[in-house]
Amino acid sequence: MTTEAYWALSPVIAMAVLSLLTISADAVLNERWKGGRRWGDKSWLVWIAAIGLLAPLFFTLNLWFGWIGESTADSVLFGSFTADRFTLFFQFLLIGATVAVVIASAQYLQQFSDSRGEFLGLTLFSATGMMLLVGASELITIYVALETTALPIVALAGLRRDGFAVEAGVKFLILSALSTAILLFGFVFLYGYTGATQLSDIAARIALLSTDSSVPFGSTAVLLSTILIIAGFGFKMAIAPWQMWVPDVYQGSPTPVAAFLSVASKASAFAVLMRLLYQLLGSGETSQDWQILFAVIAVISMTFGNLLALSQNNVKRILAYSTIAQAGYIMVGLAAISVNSASGSNSAGPQSVMYYLAGYAFTNLAVFLAYTTVIHRITDPDISGLNGLIRRSPFIAIMMVIGLLSLLGMPPTVGFMAKAVIFSTAVDQGLVWLAIVAVLNTVIAAYYYLRIVAAIIFAEPETDEKINPGINELASVAVAVAGAIALGIVPAYILDLVDRSITIL
Amino acid sequence: MSEFNGILTLTVFLPAIFALVILVARIRPISDTVIRWIAIAGSVATFILSLIVFISYDSEAGGVQMIDKADWLTAETLKSSYLLGVDGLSAPLVLLTGLLGMAATFASRSITHRIAEYFIWLLILESAVMGVFVSLDLLLFFIFFEFEVIPMYMLISIWGSGRPRYSAMKFVLFTLAGGALMFVAIFAVFLSESVGVMAMRSIPEIGIVGIPEMIAGTDLIAPASLVFAFFLAAFAVKLPIWPLHNWLPDAHTDAPTAVSVMLAGVLLKMAGYGLIRINIGFFRETNGFNVYDAAAPLAILAAFSVIYGAVITLRQTDLKRLIAYSSVSHMGFVMLGVAAIGGSPADTSQGGINGAALQMFTHGTITGLAFLLVGMVYDRTHTRHIPHLGGLWRQMPIIAIFFFIAGFASLGLPALSGFVSEIMIFLGTFTVWPWPTAVAAFGVVLAAGYILWMIQRTFFGPRPTPEGIPDDQFDKLTDAQPIDLIPVLVLTVPILLVGIWPKVIVDVFQSGIARILGL
Repeated sequence: MTTEAYWALSPVIAMAVLSLLTISADAVLNERWKGGRRWGDKSWLVWIAAIGLLAPLFFTLNLWFGWIGESTADSVLFGSFTADRFTLFFQFLLIGATVAVVIASAQYLQQFSDSRGEFLGLTLFSATGMMLLVGASELITIYVALETTALPIVALAGLRRDGFAVEAGVKFLILSALSTAILLFGFVFLYGYTGATQLSDIAARIALLSTDSSVPFGSTAVLLSTILIIAGFGFKMAIAPWQMWVPDVYQGSPTPVAAFLSVASKASAFAVLMRLLYQLLGSGETSQDWQILFAVIAVISMTFGNLLALSQNNVKRILAYSTIAQAGYIMVGLAAISVNSASGSNSAGPQSVMYYLAGYAFTNLAVFLAYTTVIHRITDPDISGLNGLIRRSPFIAIMMVIGLLSLLGMPPTVGFMAKAVIFSTAVDQGLVWLAIVAVLNTVIAAYYYLRIVAAIIFAEPETDEKINPGINELASVAVAVAGAIALGIVPAYILDLVDRSITIL
Repeated sequence: MSEFNGILTLTVFLPAIFALVILVARIRPISDTVIRWIAIAGSVATFILSLIVFISYDSEAGGVQMIDKADWLTAETLKSSYLLGVDGLSAPLVLLTGLLGMAATFASRSITHRIAEYFIWLLILESAVMGVFVSLDLLLFFIFFEFEVIPMYMLISIWGSGRPRYSAMKFVLFTLAGGALMFVAIFAVFLSESVGVMAMRSIPEIGIVGIPEMIAGTDLIAPASLVFAFFLAAFAVKLPIWPLHNWLPDAHTDAPTAVSVMLAGVLLKMAGYGLIRINIGFFRETNGFNVYDAAAPLAILAAFSVIYGAVITLRQTDLKRLIAYSSVSHMGFVMLGVAAIGGSPADTSQGGINGAALQMFTHGTITGLAFLLVGMVYDRTHTRHIPHLGGLWRQMPIIAIFFFIAGFASLGLPALSGFVSEIMIFLGTFTVWPWPTAVAAFGVVLAAGYILWMIQRTFFGPRPTPEGIPDDQFDKLTDAQPIDLIPVLVLTVPILLVGIWPKVIVDVFQSGIARILGL
């Protein structure tokens, strides 16, 4: 490895080291070994992890601004990893989400006093995989990173060890394995057709090979592999019709894990899919063929997610279906591949997707983390558990309501602004029907989001007992909400940042 | 070139700032009276500002005044700026919002629980509505238009009566569905080749060319008829026009008095404003389809809505529902006035459209006053069921007198403001659409019927003694207190003033509408 490669991988390495440190600290600094209670209940591990996350954060910022070391936007390690701004943007997002989840779950983790180290170590390990995934520019690396991402989550999902948790873990394991198999199948077609595994090589060879204009994507091999790859990633992005696991896993796994899954896992999968598609197929006339594919998936995903959420009572299941619907909205931005855009812009699609993902990260974290702080203090996992939350914990209640309104797409939050931007790209592509379906979907969604809001604000609480969250919980939720509002009111900065991060075209 | 005067920004956000003050003040326990006074101070200050805006708007000079502009959203496919300004069409509506916001705050005396939250939402609602009328950027307009849904949802759900949650959710879903279609229409307008701007009208002073100029003679990205229909759908829900009026009686009946005042007084006017500013303003010269093609169906729909609303009103036995349905009828007149755009530019009757704009202002004050008085009657008698009422004149003469004023203004008695706006609409529209106007004119006859009948049943005659209600139930009724009369007078003054001296408002509207019609 060259020094450049080390620098390019420095955030990932830092994250991996941190996860190993956390997990070995938990294993080595063991009560029995030292005798007595010298190491306490090890709740400080959370703070070690939270402070330790500053290291990958620093390395990411370092690569962006080029403070020290040799940074390069070219691929390193024989083209298998690219630390360009696109990668850094998502790595930054992933680290931010991980920090928020770790900090907000300190109190929640008290119920897992014997597996706190595992929780933190595995979360960080999964985050390592995601950080690798967003920069991977070679098929095998993508595959390895994806597995690194998924396997820790299997254990995390089963952390509670009750019936729901076991179901969640096993379901995630089996479906994850299945989806990766499908993905590999797609990769195999691609490799067999072009004889290369690096994205740049594959793109070059596809361009050289003869195309058959009667087949979508120019050849059956590319068509097949594209469909299989989308199906494989569809599982990670939690889009219909690959969403079967989402409600069960969200319900069974600890709430911080669901938060992590819904934000980090989804964002990294969208990132890698965008890189794959734009690099392999982004140029030339075949890229038009995605449009209808993604448009159809988007419609299925948002309609399906929203309609099924209507009849749910369990809060986490509602939020799970809501993330399926949200993924559908993001798909609208992918459908808007900019080939025949009216505005003549060629980066509107990726721009809208990245803006949406950033806003979605803040919004969804706000809702999930607010719920995390509440759920381990109430017993009822249904909507009725949130009854009268405004009186039991006004601050958390208001934050959660703002988060829900942002998910619903109410101005002036980022939920509205991001939807405005992403749906406008569809109209720009002439997909007016898609935009109509999408906006009508947001109306359906209003019903179930407002049901939760109604419980929080209007319903009579069962007890008037106050919920007093810790300062760390309040801070992480408040930061998420502040981000969700700031990105909505002042979209110019983030849009500018996103613009400079679109290096995949 | 950018410009920032700040007065409109302040007018829009002042209520929200006072809401924030209440929120902060509440960190330590404070008495409800203090909260009430903070809210009243906020709404009075906003009213004074809105009055300043209205008076300082120079209708001789015309154009857009008091501009606030700042760069804002810069996505590839969506560019928008923070652009506030008033012109002849919006200046009176700003005043109306300030007026009714103040009346609503004063009229909230019967609210006794969760007071701080109540006033926070009420003030935020006022901010949102104010924002709708002064935004000259289409996306910003839409943001305020949508945002108003949240405070309304809270206000009806928490402080409403009857089936508040049901009514609130119905209101939200109707409004959001209409808004959603408008959202797509906004993209379609902005992204159409050669449009690419969001300004709702041109402001030559600072070099802004608006959508009406850019859109003229171009093909839209989606069929122009569809885009027009989407805008129309959003406003027809809000106005409301049959068959999209369904949410209104429920929302009105179950909302607390002050919220009904805001809903009837200003929220419905956002739709009329949108119809004139967007459906007429944007679609006069579009290719393939323009507003002139839609005028005839609109006129027929409006006439039907007027008569339908009036007939349904006749059948109501709940005082509040009665006023609510009368709104459907009266807002049908607004649509009728809008239809005076005619089948071709040569047919356009500006008088009709002026009448529609004036009708928005007068209906706002008249119906606001009516809801206020119904609320007072209800607070005293604890029933709105008309057969259970009667003979109230003896116990509450002051309330009765003001009720007569509101009622007579509503049925179009000369010298009161309702007459002026309705006669303007009829005279203006008759030259363009004689038959629909003639049919709609019967709405006035029906209005006389339901208003007079309601007044007679409620205030005169013997006191009914229905089963199960003790005879002495109404013995201890009191008349209006001086504090109750503040909001009443606030709304009565413009009713009389516009009735006697309409020029004060009509000239302003006229200058704005002439510009929209390109005259």
